[in-house]
Amino acid sequence: MTIRTVRNLRRFSQVLFFLVFCWLILETNFEVKINPDTVSEISLPYPVSIALQFDPLVALATLLANGTLFKGLLWSLVILIPTVFIGRFFCGWVCPLGSVNHWVSEIKSERISFRGKGRIESNRYKKYQRIKYYLFFFVIAAALLGSLQTGILDPLPLMARSIGTFLLPTMHAASEGALHWVKSFGVGPVSRAAEAVYDPFASLLLNFRRVHFHGIITIAFLFTAILVLNRVFTRFWCRGLCPLGAMLGIFSRFAVFGLQKDEKTCDHCNLCLEHCQGADNPDVGVRWRQPECHLCINCQAACPQGSLSFRFFPTLEGAKENPPPAQQVDMSKRKAVASLIGGAALFPLLRSGDAFSINAGERLIRPPGSVGEDDFLARCIRCGQCMRVCPNNALHPTMMESGLEGLWTPILIPRIGYCEPSCTLCGQVCPTGAILELTLAEKVGDKETPANRIGTAFFDQGRCLPWAMATHCIVCEEWCPTSPKSIYLKEEAVLDRQGREVKVQRPYIDPNICTGCGACEFACPVVDRPAVYVTSVGESRSPDNQILLRRKIAARPPQEIPYER
Amino acid sequence: MKRREFLKRSGKATALAAVCGGAGWFFHDRHWFKYQPAVVSRHDFQVDPDSRFPSIALTRNEDHVAALNEALDAVGSIKRFVQAGEKVTIKPNVGWDRTAAQAANTSPLLVGEMVRLCLAAGAAKVVVTDLSCNETRRCFLRSGIKEAAEKAGAEVLLPTEEDLVVTDLGGVVLTKWPVLRPFLDADRLINLPIVKQHSLSSCTIGMKNFYGILGGRRNQLHQEIDQSIVDLAAFCRPTLTVVDATRVLMRGGPQGGSLDDVNIEHSVICATDQVAADARAAEFLGLEAARVSHIVLAEKAGLGTIDYRSAGYKENI
Repeated sequence: MTIRTVRNLRRFSQVLFFLVFCWLILETNFEVKINPDTVSEISLPYPVSIALQFDPLVALATLLANGTLFKGLLWSLVILIPTVFIGRFFCGWVCPLGSVNHWVSEIKSERISFRGKGRIESNRYKKYQRIKYYLFFFVIAAALLGSLQTGILDPLPLMARSIGTFLLPTMHAASEGALHWVKSFGVGPVSRAAEAVYDPFASLLLNFRRVHFHGIITIAFLFTAILVLNRVFTRFWCRGLCPLGAMLGIFSRFAVFGLQKDEKTCDHCNLCLEHCQGADNPDVGVRWRQPECHLCINCQAACPQGSLSFRFFPTLEGAKENPPPAQQVDMSKRKAVASLIGGAALFPLLRSGDAFSINAGERLIRPPGSVGEDDFLARCIRCGQCMRVCPNNALHPTMMESGLEGLWTPILIPRIGYCEPSCTLCGQVCPTGAILELTLAEKVGDKETPANRIGTAFFDQGRCLPWAMATHCIVCEEWCPTSPKSIYLKEEAVLDRQGREVKVQRPYIDPNICTGCGACEFACPVVDRPAVYVTSVGESRSPDNQILLRRKIAARPPQEIPYER
Repeated sequence: MKRREFLKRSGKATALAAVCGGAGWFFHDRHWFKYQPAVVSRHDFQVDPDSRFPSIALTRNEDHVAALNEALDAVGSIKRFVQAGEKVTIKPNVGWDRTAAQAANTSPLLVGEMVRLCLAAGAAKVVVTDLSCNETRRCFLRSGIKEAAEKAGAEVLLPTEEDLVVTDLGGVVLTKWPVLRPFLDADRLINLPIVKQHSLSSCTIGMKNFYGILGGRRNQLHQEIDQSIVDLAAFCRPTLTVVDATRVLMRGGPQGGSLDDVNIEHSVICATDQVAADARAAEFLGLEAARVSHIVLAEKAGLGTIDYRSAGYKENI
């Protein structure tokens, strides 16, 4: 196998893993055929979050933060162990964000920094590449104390979040808008042609319905910034910022595979540098830097003299002209320690704010099956898979609802979508156990099991039609999915403006039964600020965030006679 | 500035100003993008009355498919209602993400059989659709209606915004509303409701089932629930109302959830008079139709008769 074949294999591998990653996110969607007679629970046919469980940084950080490796996170060893022996192959061959950065960096440009000498210079090892190690130590120290911040910058959750909650919804809006625009011309053949293009595109890539996400612009900003930075420095993200790349670089400390340079044949043409992805000094005369190399093997493939070769146990003797490879990570010990201290200090800083428990937002409604807030923040990697899979567009990335610490973690916004009673998909896709998978009985409750509650509904009597406006309504009661219904009605005679007596049914909440699903809030006809709304109090995951002294499964109330008028 | 340059620049500036002014004038309040809703007249899908047949029949049979066929034959066979080449729209109740046994949605068995009957009678196309309350696909999948209807050969439409047409319903409270297209362009309409308790309107049977043809701010309709039901029933007068009373949701309606709330009745009503159908079906809930205000109002509006026995009621138990 020639080196060019290997390079083509690497290109193929990048495309393959990128497509697999995207496909898994597209499949994180409720498109399942169910047989209503035999299956009461809907489940996804593939383990769609498996890609995230291959991420060693997710595994390490959640292990430090909560003390366990959740389910499929053991898969991350499949990436980590080979890295120990051969180096950061993941960055050059597998990582979807790395591949995107690779491709964006390669877009032809007139910029001088992208051609010839400018490019060669930009591909030499630079001091800024140390930043990623400090970032890594910073987030790892925070994780060790229980605040998982790795997900914001970890490439796989970042990519999943960006595709699921930003790129796909934006693409949906754009293509639907374009279709409507073309159809607005009112020319039959043009409309049909547009539909013929749109339909296969939509069935392949678009969600079954338009979704809208809270805080999407911040997610878009980070992702776009990462892509744009490639136009300034080749693969700036991978070289300078990526905490997963830093982790893999540190773990390749003892790698037995590496680049061997032959100074006798080298004529210093610098073609190796021109094509280098990792800025790891592949040229003869300087130390090659193992922890920076992505193993893209561009340098070996580009070398016209055959002076460079990747091999096991590369020779470590060096001459003045050819110093041996530097395997240790290039970073200042002081700054590494400072980063660790900074990360460790982050935790008490964040927890001294009021957003965690002391003054937690009343609208901080977590998905059903979520673990307690402390554990939740030690598990959620903000991959956005729960938001992507939610059939009702109910789950959204937070902005400041759970403080800066919980940025982009999921919350339920009932006004946009309520929690579907029979649905347990968010727990099924969560790769780290921040949302536990519930059975249908655990979700809706049965005679032995209490239902999972995410909050409690309340009436705003100043806005409710039967309470404030002598008008019939009770849409909330109609939508209430518990049995018996948590919303009950009392007929009361009220006077309207003219003093006439009107009999209306006024709704009340039974907090013993209400699960906080938010169907009432979703359906309330008072559009802007609904007259019935859910707050997080009463949520199953918290022993403290409760109203009633004792909550148990309420006994069935005596059989009521259907209301007659 | 030289004279020539002065003239050139002034000319260009004047031209640009003229373009701006012209564009402003041109686009000023011309209603370019104001949407003009299609005004569709009232739809009447009814067949002509035929004195040989009663306008309502009820059959009780543990074989629900047989019950449907017997009741249908009593009011005249399917041939009376569906002619070859016609487009038929069937409106089951698929409001909620519930299984068939929970009695919140119409039985998939009856939907499938109705589709089969229409196609056997030569219908060109049978569309089964409803604008569900819960997430549409979950409702159609879990209720079993998508599978049953597609197996029988119907086109199941899971509605999107695209399928709604703003229509003048010509009602008292329902004026211009978005209506699902299959309820506007069909030749025949078969209403296939299920019988459920409802806290505001007492019952959800046939006429209330037409809420599912509407998009828009449906949650406002409860404020005038009786009138809006009657407006809808007057707008789309169905060819045939087939009431699924095989299971009846006695409490916790219209969504249900608990099997304890379900009574098993094994009954199917076929009627050409939708008021009579609702009046008879309300009895399953222990209601007297004369005291259910929207049914009374419907009779007053001339949509049918509450006194179903006078309509030649036939019962086959």
